[in-house]
Amino acid sequence: MTAMLQMRQVSKVYGSGHTEVNALRDVDLAVDRGEMVAVMGPSGSGKSTLLTIAGSLEEATSGDVWVDGADLSGMSADDRARLRRRSIGYVFQDFNLLPGLTASENVSLPLELDGTDSGRAQETAFQALRDLGLADRTGHFPDDLSGGEQQRVAIARAMVGNRRLLLADEPSGALDTVNGETVIRLLRDACKMGMAVVVVTHDAQLAAWADRVVFLRDGRMVDRTGPAPGPESLLAGPEQ
Amino acid sequence: MSVRHALLALLSEGPKFGLRLQREFESRTGEVWPLNVGQVYTTLQRLERDGLVESDEEGGDGPQKGYRITPDGHHELEAWLRTPPADETPPRDELVIKVLVALQVPGIDVADVIQAHRRHLVELMQRYTHVKAETAEGDLGLSLVVDAELFRLEGVVRWLDTADVRLSRREVNSAPTSPEVPSTTKSVLERR
Repeated sequence: MTAMLQMRQVSKVYGSGHTEVNALRDVDLAVDRGEMVAVMGPSGSGKSTLLTIAGSLEEATSGDVWVDGADLSGMSADDRARLRRRSIGYVFQDFNLLPGLTASENVSLPLELDGTDSGRAQETAFQALRDLGLADRTGHFPDDLSGGEQQRVAIARAMVGNRRLLLADEPSGALDTVNGETVIRLLRDACKMGMAVVVVTHDAQLAAWADRVVFLRDGRMVDRTGPAPGPESLLAGPEQ
Repeated sequence: MSVRHALLALLSEGPKFGLRLQREFESRTGEVWPLNVGQVYTTLQRLERDGLVESDEEGGDGPQKGYRITPDGHHELEAWLRTPPADETPPRDELVIKVLVALQVPGIDVADVIQAHRRHLVELMQRYTHVKAETAEGDLGLSLVVDAELFRLEGVVRWLDTADVRLSRREVNSAPTSPEVPSTTKSVLERR
């Protein structure tokens, strides 16, 4: 199996009887290393459910999910938690940084929780923040950072260590277009480094950065974009 | 695209030869508007006739002839920059018509029609975004041209998204009887 994330016939049902909601129905999705896939759909289409199941934060009602070759359904809760800490990074629309910790501590915390010694975790965190252009912000608290800076800290936190699957939920949602573009370029860089990236969004401009876009509607995957043709033909004509 | 005003803008930086004007026009518009040198000279002659530019006495009509902007030319350029483009009346939009027509055709799943167009638009946006991704961030001209196209396409996708939501609300709120064409829709279709 080469895919970093593989979902087969995944369904998720909340509630039962007449309150039953089918959040996902028979969804198939495979994302390779170095690939970015965007999941588009209106609110209530199942986008976020797909992401939380891919990230092992929720269990599928039926179907199979593999992350980095490991079958989530056969795993104990402890093993899943370890897989989350080691292999999976999350980026959320509202950043989800801990307000009482500095930028550097926010990034090093997951490493320390996973047993890395404090000095080494902080060094790794500092390096990650420096790579994202935040060398002079490592000691700042989230409230002292701009939205774009907070999101870069969140990306650093999602990438540190040896993470291989990056899951992002509307990662540029609260940012202006130019800052949002900086964030998505960083996610593309993560792909170039071999991470598999899944972005869920209702924003077509954001989705257009992905290698592939899949469309959800009422929990079903109803459509997907074809293989991207070259851009050469675009700028030749006088008018589209 | 007003070649006339683009040339005035280039000349507002200082006097230039025709050939240089052509090269600068193309490079600063992200090289998406090819402009032949003949067009440049025709436009320059008209600008000179209207008193908006002046040319050198010497140099003939060839590429060595230099041009500079006049005070009237500056005035014209500034007025043009602040004049809104002429798009007050809604353009004929083939996509809007297709969705309106789809509503009337029995057996057509309008949501599917909408999705087919959404996919096509997102694929087009992917191609433009690829251009942007490959563009050095310093190429301001090309970035702005690509951004403009992406925002336009995104606007159409958002219209489709809105149409989708309105459609599903209508399905929830109304019994599945034969769709009645609202009179306003009829008149819009007839006007077009």
